[in-house]
Amino acid sequence: MNVILRNPNREISLSGGRTVRALLQELGLSREAHLVIRNGQLVPGDGRLEDEDTIEIRPVISGGV
Amino acid sequence: MKCRVCRGPAIIDLPRHNANFCVEHFVQLCLRQVTKAIDDFGMVSTSDRVLVAVSGGKDSLAVWDILNELGYSADGLYIGLGIGEYSEHSKEFAERFAQEKGLILHVVSLRSDYDFDVPTAAKTTGRVPCSACGMSKRHIFDQFALENGYDVLVTGHNLDDEVAVLFGNTLRWDVGYLSRQLPVLDARGGFPKKVKPLVRLSEREMAAWCVVRDIEYIIEECPLASGNRHLAYKEVMNQIEERSPGTKASFYLGFLDNMAPLLRDEHAKDLDSIGTCSRCSAPTGAADSELCAFCRLQERASQVDPIPVDLLLKKRRRS
Repeated sequence: MNVILRNPNREISLSGGRTVRALLQELGLSREAHLVIRNGQLVPGDGRLEDEDTIEIRPVISGGV
Repeated sequence: MKCRVCRGPAIIDLPRHNANFCVEHFVQLCLRQVTKAIDDFGMVSTSDRVLVAVSGGKDSLAVWDILNELGYSADGLYIGLGIGEYSEHSKEFAERFAQEKGLILHVVSLRSDYDFDVPTAAKTTGRVPCSACGMSKRHIFDQFALENGYDVLVTGHNLDDEVAVLFGNTLRWDVGYLSRQLPVLDARGGFPKKVKPLVRLSEREMAAWCVVRDIEYIIEECPLASGNRHLAYKEVMNQIEERSPGTKASFYLGFLDNMAPLLRDEHAKDLDSIGTCSRCSAPTGAADSELCAFCRLQERASQVDPIPVDLLLKKRRRS
């Protein structure tokens, strides 16, 4: 699958299906701090991602308070 | 994963609620949480003229969208901070949202209207950029709300923002700041009423709101915010939250229930010590007839040539 990471923008390729939860864990990303989006739709933690998917992992934390 | 309400396919899992939601019921949850915050804390009524502090980020656009959805009459104010392309992009998102929704967006520019910008202020005064930025925004939002007859100033502070600030204030036992960390600050001597309707919703929920509502917002982080201590506090709190869902909400809401009432006297003392700026008449902690912190900042930063944000970033990277 093609994974687009934001902030900073970069892309990585991974092979093999897995759940959103497993993907975030593999990349060392906090579930509290990221959303996973496929074709403009949110995918929940146990949502299955497949090889042909292009997904965006979007960080949700901002610094200004 | 199924929606807790309708058993349809879920789009988001919210461990702190131990539940998953579809788009429709996630939207309902967010509207309900904001309604509860507004009602519980007496934030705003439908007859109020509301001004939303808009940055072009997810939280300010989400709170503006939610208030609009709930039937409140709210205009926006965007402040151009002069942080290079980041400010330009932020403004585009704010303007696009306002145009799509048919809402009124006022725009103020630090450089055009006050003769300085955040990078120049930070460099000239030696302040951390976030400090110069926050102080300028608070001053301008407050003054604009008062001068233009708005009853309430709304900010997009969410649960994670409040938790990070509470965590920092608690680490330092800063009683003065703790006593002011409330979801509503009533209008008083030179300050408008200020409210935070998103305090019951997390940062992740607000980003999700924007995705499901097709709201485009600036995703990039401000280039000057890197290393900001609140980002570090958020990271720590999210680690705790992942192990123990609900911790952030109980930390903050528990503070409001149990601790804030004990700090009321401190808050009242704080209000007594406010003077007036001799230039702009804004409230100030400085003694009467002295300049407020914003006017002092403007006085110094407007006397030097503009400092490009890239120059400031290069210096920060070297140090």
